[in-house]
Amino acid sequence: MKTLLISEYRQGKLLESTYELLAFAKRLNAESAMLLIGSEASLPDFGGKVYFAEAGKYGEYNPDAHKRLVMEAAQKEKPDYIVFLHSSYGWDLAPRVAAALKTAQISEIVGVVDGRFEVPACNAKLRRLVAPKISQSILTIQPGAFTYQGEARGTPSLERVDLDASIQRIEFLGYEEAEKKDVDLAKAEIIVSAGRGVGKKENVEVIAGLARVLGGELGATRPVVDAGWVDHSRQVGSSGQTVAPKLYVACGISGSIQHIAGMKKSDFIIAINKDKDAPIGEVANVLAVADVMQLVPALMTRLSK
Amino acid sequence: MKILVCIKHVPDMESRFIVNQAGDWFEERELAFRLNEYDEFAVEEAVRLKEKLGGAADITILSIGPDRVVEAIKKGLAMGGDRGVHIKDDLVYQKDPWQVASAIAAFARDKNFDLVFTGMQSQDRGSAQVGADAAELLDYACVTTLVNIEISGDVVTARRELEGGMRGIVRFKLPAVVTCQMGLNTPRYPTLPNIMKAKQKELLTFPVADFLKVDSLVVIEKMYPPEKKGRGQVLEGDVNELADKLAAILKEKVPALR
Ligand SMILES: Cc1cc2nc3c(=O)[nH]c(=O)nc-3n(C[C@H](O)[C@H](O)[C@H](O)COP(=O)(O)OP(=O)(O)OC[C@H]3O[C@@H](n4cnc5c(N)ncnc54)[C@H](O)[C@@H]3O)c2cc1C
Ligand SMILES: Nc1ncnc2c1ncn2[C@@H]1O[C@H](COP(=O)(O)O)[C@@H](O)[C@H]1O
Repeated sequence: MKTLLISEYRQGKLLESTYELLAFAKRLNAESAMLLIGSEASLPDFGGKVYFAEAGKYGEYNPDAHKRLVMEAAQKEKPDYIVFLHSSYGWDLAPRVAAALKTAQISEIVGVVDGRFEVPACNAKLRRLVAPKISQSILTIQPGAFTYQGEARGTPSLERVDLDASIQRIEFLGYEEAEKKDVDLAKAEIIVSAGRGVGKKENVEVIAGLARVLGGELGATRPVVDAGWVDHSRQVGSSGQTVAPKLYVACGISGSIQHIAGMKKSDFIIAINKDKDAPIGEVANVLAVADVMQLVPALMTRLSK
Repeated sequence: MKILVCIKHVPDMESRFIVNQAGDWFEERELAFRLNEYDEFAVEEAVRLKEKLGGAADITILSIGPDRVVEAIKKGLAMGGDRGVHIKDDLVYQKDPWQVASAIAAFARDKNFDLVFTGMQSQDRGSAQVGADAAELLDYACVTTLVNIEISGDVVTARRELEGGMRGIVRFKLPAVVTCQMGLNTPRYPTLPNIMKAKQKELLTFPVADFLKVDSLVVIEKMYPPEKKGRGQVLEGDVNELADKLAAILKEKVPALR
């Protein structure tokens, strides 16, 4: 079995997440080749074949050209699977390639069971086992689901891929960095986070109060930040900060994949949720099934004594 | 400007899900359904655009699915859509994203939409494919994970979200498909008069066979709940007892409390 792994490259550098693709190929027991649209100054530590195109020529983000480059590499390699990360680069590019090749795509793979692929559904409350009906299909893997063990080694042999004509329907104007953070949650030993389950902005103060009593920092989920209840610098998750405190208390947080990606390395996780099935329970050491706005005040009276 | 907004009707994620008899989906009876969260941002953005254009836009709200999806279409109309299109398919859950996108593209093909809004992903299946697939089929420009959009004439400047809160700024021309990310805007609540008005708006219904001409490319083998890892302890019962137990755990873990 052969895989073509589509590496990730941004701001002049190969992204570490590229190695997750190798871990996935290993999990499949597949041979792998890569495609890198990047620069020779930042090649992967990988001893196999790398189809290579210059980001200087094709851009770091130019999906119409990148789609064609993936198709070029696929035509040469004839892989069984073309594999992307389920990332802002991968979920953007993968379906374009799938639709252009009229092939199947399976997104957000978290596991492999007898050659079929396990994907989450309904905010990770369910799983589905799916398989493509045709060969040379497209897969995107969940970041963090497959981790590379050991140190990557090797020097790739490059084979250039090129397009006759450059296409650029979408002009890339540049990156805009996330706002500067005034709190560095990554350094906090204790984080108490508020999710949408706290109900309203005023209630966030109660959760912040618990954080203070515990000597920790307040964190939050994305919808709480988007609603303006908590500042963006305190958002935990794939589009916010990645944290690994000694203690993480999740208040009214369902436990979406993107939130869990940012806090699953915490040493000890306590979740307070009225829904016993909430997926946060999968990573929590303790799940207290309760109304967070009843339990937290009751807890505070016991802690301040 | 002609605008199409594609929306999905999905179960409330706080529901208790039970796998169906066939083992390929969940039991839909007893569940409360709502407008897919990401699609709410899509509808809102379309309506804001129309407002900005002083009303010089026409918004079609489209959903594929069983009769219940009309509820989501009505919400879209109450938020400011002009016309609803229900493509009726009782077995939409068995269709893969490619088929859904093909049906959307077949509907849209001869209608010259300038801008198509979709959500970045559906909450029940979350494939993040339908929008980009449809763009490819229509040969439209496509920008995914939209968090900001400005339109002047037929030139669009947009920001798409990358990891860690970074954004990429892009510029492109209409016609285009954009897939909307959470936080793009704050969706409005439909007012009662607008809910009443929505009832008078045009609602077209078509059988899915009119637009769906392709087979699925993916086989769904089964659906099942995740394996319980059994790592965690689940505390249930009276709030005061729970507070006692949690306080004891916290006192053990937290130096500041000792
Ligand atoms: C590309 C992308 C990036 C993303 N990045 C992030 C990210 O960085 N961080 C992030 O957090 N999310 C991120 N998200 C969003 C993510 O998918 C979820 O939508 C989000 O994490 C949900 O937040 P929540 O748990 O607060 O809300 P919900 O999912 O709505 O959950 C609320 C929870 O509160 C519980 N609850 C309700 N009322 C009560 C009560 N009274 N007492 C106790 N419990 C109650 C409910 O049972 C539910 O489990 C991202 C999404 C995408 C697509
Ligand atoms: N059955 C459907 N009817 C209309 N639009 C849909 C349907 N399914 C998905 N979409 C649109 O496609 C987006 C992405 O869906 P998905 O690829 O399933 O994650 C959704 O946010 C909707 O905008």
